[in-house]
This record gives sequence, C-alpha cells and structure tokens, in this order.
Amino acid sequence: MSFTLPDLPYAYDALAPYMSRETLEYHHDKHHNAYVTTGNNLLKGSEWEGKSIEEVVKGAYGKNQGLFNNAGQHFNHTHFWKWMKPNGGGDKLPGELEKAIVADLGSLAKAKEDFVQAGTTQFGSGWAWLAVKDGKITVMKTPNGENPLVHGATPILGVDVWEHSYYIDYRNRRPDYLKAFVDHLVNWEYVAELYAAASK
Amino acid sequence: MPASTTARPTLFERYTSLVASALGLEPGTGTAGGSARGAFTLPPLPYATSALAPVIDTRTMELHHGKHHRAYVDKLDAALKNHRSLAAKPLHTLLESLDTLPAAIRKAVRDNGGGHANHSMLWEIMGPPGEGSQAPTGALAEAIAKSFGSLDKMKAAVEAEGAGQFGSGWVFVLVAPDGGLSIETRPNQDSPLMDGKRPLLGNDLWEHAYYLTYENRRADYLKAWWAVVNWDAVARRYDAARAGTLTV
Repeated sequence: MSFTLPDLPYAYDALAPYMSRETLEYHHDKHHNAYVTTGNNLLKGSEWEGKSIEEVVKGAYGKNQGLFNNAGQHFNHTHFWKWMKPNGGGDKLPGELEKAIVADLGSLAKAKEDFVQAGTTQFGSGWAWLAVKDGKITVMKTPNGENPLVHGATPILGVDVWEHSYYIDYRNRRPDYLKAFVDHLVNWEYVAELYAAASK
Repeated sequence: MPASTTARPTLFERYTSLVASALGLEPGTGTAGGSARGAFTLPPLPYATSALAPVIDTRTMELHHGKHHRAYVDKLDAALKNHRSLAAKPLHTLLESLDTLPAAIRKAVRDNGGGHANHSMLWEIMGPPGEGSQAPTGALAEAIAKSFGSLDKMKAAVEAEGAGQFGSGWVFVLVAPDGGLSIETRPNQDSPLMDGKRPLLGNDLWEHAYYLTYENRRADYLKAWWAVVNWDAVARRYDAARAGTLTV
C-alpha cells in the first residue's frame, strides 16, 4: 500500500480569512504532495512496504529518518485537513469529549491555552497536540514530522507550526495563527471521533 | 555556574571589537557581544532592506531582521536579565559553554543566542548583487579549491546539504584553525560555535528566510542566494579565522 494525497475536505477558500486559499494551495498541493511522493519513493523496497501509515511511522522512527520524516508528515497532514472546517472552533464540543477535557486538563479554556502555548514554544518547525496517553488527554509538542504515535500516545488534535502553515497569512506572528486555529478552525466533531476511537 | 571560570573579554578583545565595529569591518563581532550594560543589541543591517532584491525581497528582509532577529535578541536579553555576569560575556563564549549555564536558561540561550549569532553572521556576509568581488580571491579561493575542488563544487554541496536539512535549520561552511573548510548543517538555531567551531558563511533554511519569494522551493532559493554573498566580507572572516580573532 502506498501513500495517496487525500483531497481537501472543503474548498481551498473555505477557511479564509483564517487560512487563505494561497496557503492551502501551497500547503496541500506542494508540501503535503511532496511528503507523499518522497515517502512513496523511500517506502519502495523497505521493510515497511505494504504496512499501514501508523505502522510505517512507528516502525521507521529512529531507524529510517528519511522515511520517518515523510511518513510522519503524511500522517500529520492527512489529519490536519480534517482537524479544520469552515466556522469551526468555538466552545461547543461533543459532550463526551468536553467531559474528558475538563477532567484531564482542568477546563476547555485551560486546554486551549496550553495547546496554544505548546505551539508557541515549539522552537522551529513542528506540531502541537492533544493526544490520549494511558487513557488521559494530554498536551504535547513535537519537532518536524514527529507525532505522538512514537511516544506511546494517540493524537486527537494537532496543529502545524511549520512556518509554511502560517507565514503567508500571519508572517512571524505564530501566536495569532494558533489563536485563530482554536477560535475559528478546529473541527471538534472530528476530534471527538478520534477521542472515542482512542479511548475504546 | 562557573561563571567565574570563563574568561571575560580581555582589554585587547574589547579594543579590537570596538575598532572593527567603528570601521564597519565586522558587524557581527562588534554588536553580538555583551555590551557594557550587559544587554545584547540588534546590529543594524549594513545595507538597505531593499538592497538584496530581487534575490531576497524587501518585506522578507524587514521581517527577518526587524522581527525574527529582534525577537532572538530580546529573548536572549530576557533570559539573562538576572544573570549579569553571564550577560557581560561575549556571545561566542556563552554559546561555547552552554553546558555550564544554569539549566533554567540553557535552552533560551541556546535558541535565542544561537539565533542572534547566526543572523549577525548572515547579515555580515551578504551584500547587494553585483557589488564587490563576484567570486572569492586569494587565500580564500585557494582554501575553497583545496577543500572542495572548486567554487562550483562547494556551492553544489552547500545546496545539497541545505536542501536535505529537514525542517528549520542552517547550512554552514566551517573554517578550521588550519584554514580547512567543511560543510555542516544544524537544526533550528543551533550554531557551530556551540561545538567550538567557526562558521565562515552560512545560509538560513527556516521557511521565513525564503517563503515570501520562493514558497516551498527551497532549492531555488539556495541556488539564487549566491548572488547576494559578499565575498569580500567572507574573505575578511576567513582571514580573521586564520588569525584566531573570528568571534561569531
């Protein structure tokens, strides 16, 4: 099984003004596509050929850096597009997810604050996460293409803090991008779906 | 802690730094060390923000120098605010001895001090396209031929290493005390100074360095960048490295 670039689940201009058409065109059509193409080239003939994306990410970690980088980014971006939606964000979360966030992170406001803080303080390119580890929701951050899968956790929400994700729209103002992401873009229904699967 | 075991800059180092700074010879040296107040300062660009266009656009230069580099300087200052003896040290001394710094400020000094050193070097070694020497001459040219075979081979190797650095970071040509040159990359804002090495030149691989003009095409940026390398400034760094006076 090789990697395939998924279509965006909305129009390129659907997330404006919080994420512009131009950003999505480059981010999806160029960056994500390059991870898929390079990842497939590196996958070919490797011991992970035919494995699921999760198995490739976990297996290549620490063993095949090039493949790991591209497989990790393919996994991250495939979910990233679904972690956003037009008119997303806000404080209306599916009940079970909200209960778990309050129980594990204190409150929704605190969870958002810690998530934004993780993204702000991830120095250089990387990602900030909400992930389920040992049955609890936790805030994480990782460099480059890495993600919670390789730290024994299941990501349920992630935000890309590589500069290509926000430089066209926000320039150097990463915290403004992160705030717009949680306030206007997060698809909490998809987060709830992943949470339900992870806590089974 | 051993703040006391690391030498403060000698009178001679302070004097040469001041002279170099006054003459505009080595902006990185004169402005990247600790000042008398123990505060680090953003060195002014040695050319207009529009001077490197079209290779590097004006807006990128404004943001890169005025926002990104300034943030590294401000955060370095903030980290050292309550460490006056450390703030008085030259930047290269701090970066060479990161593992002796208090753990609470080590990462802040690494990230922001590294960012300050790397960018100070970057502004120093660039200049308007078409001005000054268009290629290395003299001892620098000989060193390049000896270490890489030719200037073109050095450029190709820098471009390949730079393209291969996954995520944010830098690609450097390092100069050894014996004048030998080599190419290495570093992630994020790590600096070769942290390993006691000296960068002869280097290029910024963070997307903020090229995204507004080159978007995802880092390789195109790396190739185009050579047109704004100031080979006279690089030659001065090479000579300083041979004389043992190259700081950042």
